[in-house]
Amino acid sequence: MTVDEHAQKYPEVWKRFTPRQTLIRYAWYLGVVFVAIWSLDTLEIPWFYFLDAHEEAGDLFARMIPPYWAFFGDIAGPLIETIHIATLGTAITVLLALPIAIIAARNTTPNAFTWFIGRFILVASRSVNTVVWGLVFVAIFGPGPMAGIWSIAARSIGFVGKLVAEAIEEIDQGMVEAIEATGASRLQVLLIGVIPQVLPVIFGTIVYRWDINIRESTVLGFVGAGGIGIVLYSSINQFAWHEVSVMLIAIFGIVLVSEFVSATVRNHIT
Amino acid sequence: MLSIADLIKVYPTGTRALNGVTLKIDQPQVVAIIGSSGAGKSTLIRCVNRLIEPTSGRVVLNELDVTTLSRADLRKARRRMGMIFQEYNLVERLTVMENALSGRLGYVNFWQAYRRRYPPADISTAFELLDRVGLKGYQDTRADALSGGQRQRVGIARALMQHPDLLLVDEPTASLDPKTSRQIMRLLCELAHERGTPALVNIHDVGLAQSYADRIVGLAGGQVAFDGTPSQLTHQVLTDIYGEEDWSKTIRKVDKDDKKPKDRDALDRESAAG
Repeated sequence: MTVDEHAQKYPEVWKRFTPRQTLIRYAWYLGVVFVAIWSLDTLEIPWFYFLDAHEEAGDLFARMIPPYWAFFGDIAGPLIETIHIATLGTAITVLLALPIAIIAARNTTPNAFTWFIGRFILVASRSVNTVVWGLVFVAIFGPGPMAGIWSIAARSIGFVGKLVAEAIEEIDQGMVEAIEATGASRLQVLLIGVIPQVLPVIFGTIVYRWDINIRESTVLGFVGAGGIGIVLYSSINQFAWHEVSVMLIAIFGIVLVSEFVSATVRNHIT
Repeated sequence: MLSIADLIKVYPTGTRALNGVTLKIDQPQVVAIIGSSGAGKSTLIRCVNRLIEPTSGRVVLNELDVTTLSRADLRKARRRMGMIFQEYNLVERLTVMENALSGRLGYVNFWQAYRRRYPPADISTAFELLDRVGLKGYQDTRADALSGGQRQRVGIARALMQHPDLLLVDEPTASLDPKTSRQIMRLLCELAHERGTPALVNIHDVGLAQSYADRIVGLAGGQVAFDGTPSQLTHQVLTDIYGEEDWSKTIRKVDKDDKKPKDRDALDRESAAG
């Protein structure tokens, strides 16, 4: 069949989008550009400072070098405290997030009221940043690592709880049915029918959150909630850039190690 | 033993899955329930242990009216009803032994279940059953590492761990290949007969039902359309249950040899392989 014959037999012209759809798509592109321009305009950014930004950056970098390595002796303590804050905060999360996830999942919550409570806790926890939680807990416990631990936990409960609750909502209901059919109690159904199914998600999420918490706990000191942040903040205020660079390198090292640990653990979960 | 009277189930969507099913099992026999998809087979079986709440009607197991029980009493009643599923419904990330022992959950408390500390008698029963279903040595294998046939064997062991008065079996072979299907049906029927446990078996495969069941109940439109022996299953009966079709190739002569394995050892070898 020649091309002409073919075109005669199947005369339909195929187009993925109608002209109307194409028009709508370009309208969206235009809209996005407009929003970006509008935002920049509203912010009234002083472009003047941008002119010598590259010089300032270079100057800052020069003042950081060489790092004042001896300072490491002073920050080892706060650095370890930072890791402890993250780890203890995550430990509290483990204990609190699982029951909250269970009442926040539609298929395991006892009733509509408990479901609402569960969802409310998850949303409340996630809507506030760790540093803001830090301000709250410093007001409650006074400055120090205790405030840091609880602000880490307060933020992480929402993160872990939400992901675990979503995993619970997606479990194979057949396994639950089978355990119910044996005459098991409600708690036993959770224990044998539900939790084994979401255990990889629980472990994976907790380790991932621990890794995030290590990073977040480095700035908790800015608001007085313990850890290396206090030292970092005071060095920045004193323009002691040689010290700041030591701390940035140390934090980078810790974050690298925690990422490695978290990735390894998640790879080994089956 | 089991008596179902005028059972009706209307789903919230308005579907009338069961429309007055009455059925009596008064001797330990394997009752195959056949019928087209949507005839109410699954609903019927799940209404017996109230995984699905019947709209009206009675289910009485050994003088106990299951339909009126409170939640707590229903749990106790469920302990006496073993259930076997099409998709096996083993807890995939638990071992074969943990799955088998989950048949005893109704008899242990939360902490015993948490620490997997089941009574020694349960554990030896589990070993015996795993041996019997052809899974000797598999106790520490995770369920997700098993083949379909092996999983269903664990499913059977879990149900029998309950020492049930009744077995509820929902399409036990629908996810299995033809050979494994026959092995599983044979094992299931042997065990039911050995233990004198009546079994309600939903099954799609008319041939399998004829070969292994003692009695066949046909459901059509949520009602009992046939109740008789496998040999009474005629062209006319199948047409009543499923509608018009050429049934001549489906109906098989009831072959007595099929039920009696020639050689026990050969069967066991087959079993372990499946």
